[in-house]
Amino acid sequence: MSPMEQTRFAYGEALLELGQERSDIVVLDADLYNSTRTVLFGKAFPERFLDLGIAEADMVSTGAGLAASGLVAFCNSFAMFLTGRCYDQIRIQVAYPSLNVKLAGSSAGLTQGPDGASHQSLEDVALMRILPHMTVLVPADDVETKQATKAAAAHQGPVYLRLGRYPTPTISPEGYQFQIGKGVELRPGRDIAIIACGIMVAKALEAAELLAKQGLQARVINMASVKPLDRALVEQAGREAKLVVTAEEHSIIGGLGSAVAEVLAEGNYAPLWRIGTRDEFGQSASADELLDHYGLTGPKVAAQIAAAWAKLG
Amino acid sequence: MRLAPDKLAELEEMAYQIRRLCVEMITYARWGHIGGSFSMAETLAALYFQAMRVDPARPHWPERDRLVLSKAHGSPAVYAALALRGYYPAERLYSYCELGGLEGHTDLTCTPGIESSGGPLGMGLSIAAGMALGLRYQENPRARVYCLMGDGELGEGNIWEAAMFASHYHLDNLIGIVDYNKVQAKGFVWDLMQIEPLADKWRAFGWDVLEADGHDLEALVEALHRARWVMPRGKPLALIAHTVKGKGVEMAEFNYHWHTQAPEPEAADQMLRELARAYGRPEEGYSRLPAESGKEAFYRGE
Repeated sequence: MSPMEQTRFAYGEALLELGQERSDIVVLDADLYNSTRTVLFGKAFPERFLDLGIAEADMVSTGAGLAASGLVAFCNSFAMFLTGRCYDQIRIQVAYPSLNVKLAGSSAGLTQGPDGASHQSLEDVALMRILPHMTVLVPADDVETKQATKAAAAHQGPVYLRLGRYPTPTISPEGYQFQIGKGVELRPGRDIAIIACGIMVAKALEAAELLAKQGLQARVINMASVKPLDRALVEQAGREAKLVVTAEEHSIIGGLGSAVAEVLAEGNYAPLWRIGTRDEFGQSASADELLDHYGLTGPKVAAQIAAAWAKLG
Repeated sequence: MRLAPDKLAELEEMAYQIRRLCVEMITYARWGHIGGSFSMAETLAALYFQAMRVDPARPHWPERDRLVLSKAHGSPAVYAALALRGYYPAERLYSYCELGGLEGHTDLTCTPGIESSGGPLGMGLSIAAGMALGLRYQENPRARVYCLMGDGELGEGNIWEAAMFASHYHLDNLIGIVDYNKVQAKGFVWDLMQIEPLADKWRAFGWDVLEADGHDLEALVEALHRARWVMPRGKPLALIAHTVKGKGVEMAEFNYHWHTQAPEPEAADQMLRELARAYGRPEEGYSRLPAESGKEAFYRGE
């Protein structure tokens, strides 16, 4: 297996490279620069790095002001604080006028771990996806995170980039080119199509291996671009497979599962089973304990899919 | 800073026209905030026709001064000022709150001359501070960012986050103006949440402070001149403009019932005549009174 890396580390490196490539990038943080990995950019470009202290809402609005004056502003915090505390500022001052603000939500999902439910964002993708003009990216590994960060900077308009602190293997194929609005097939399979994002892509690949041993062929699609969604690829999966499954480290309400459901509900497609957290908060524990408890490990994903398959009759 | 008599007369005329156009557009739209628009009339006249360096022909001119309307419900007064300044014809004001027209609350993309989107209160100073810092990054020392705030919205914590930020980063190209009209949606500010001692609060947050009668054009011009040319010393500056909510029409003055209320056409006609008398202008009533617009018929349920 390839070495494990946390996507937030790849983001920090990409941000540093962006600082070297472009002089119009400014980075804002709210007293978490070690966790968010903006520390690399901050040390290299102190004149373009702002730590506003513990004032997330002010950070987002200030970023909007910097963007309005022609710069590209990357605002950073934990995913839950960034999308939850600053939703109003993001909605009115960033998304509505479509300003060039990039929101990097770090330590996202259950795998935030011991800090508990208060810090575990299971709603962030839902909150950002519902906003007009917003692009929502949930990269799966280090390679894709670097590319998604560069793509976010190059994109005109607001972007939400979801990052994690859970070590995950590199699953992007050699020569992979991430594109906003495009998903990618990582493994073919005719029975089931698993559409996943973030760390759940690696778990889906693991599940597909286990399912293969039971004689079930599962296709695995990495859908890092949750919005805009690769509608054509979802429709194709819904036509060709007998069961579509989504897998995300997020509530099944409002996230990738909902996005896929919205497409499949508008046509005659295979049934859908969504894997993620249900209508519930997280809790304190280690990342792996939490993934197991909420059914998001490879074996538990495989078991849920096998159960859904059995119900098809 | 002495104002030539003809300049003072021009500013007075603009303050009058801002109020007159606010009544016209709010009555026609059947929606809008009269009280908080009237209280800013002199401030906007002094800004757009004297203090601010703007060019309506080049709304995106990088060296322009920016005005962020944090109290975005005061949009009618700003839309009127922009029309008078020549950004678009005054007829466009009648598209206020109509499909594809001027937004109820300011939106960056709805018309030239508007610099930010707003509505939820308490956010404007942060985006203005970001702009001021952005101008510094862009090595643009001439432009100034003005942020027009309400008094009621000073209850929002976000304002004070921005106040700390602006002084921490020495944003002396940022001028905050408080339209201290003493009244918010449901009563006097001091009854809902006391914001005094206001000048001391700004000073404690590291700002310089000026206070002026916000309906005295000479005092406002003097204060805005001092804010830009005399006072800068590495700090942001707050100008507290003491105003009267609804100033100009007696029944609306200091009257929270006129925070959000659109007058009936007949009431608008009376308001406009009262304004004309107060300014010593020929009496001019509501322009749409004799004409039955489709909208008026609609709202009467016909």
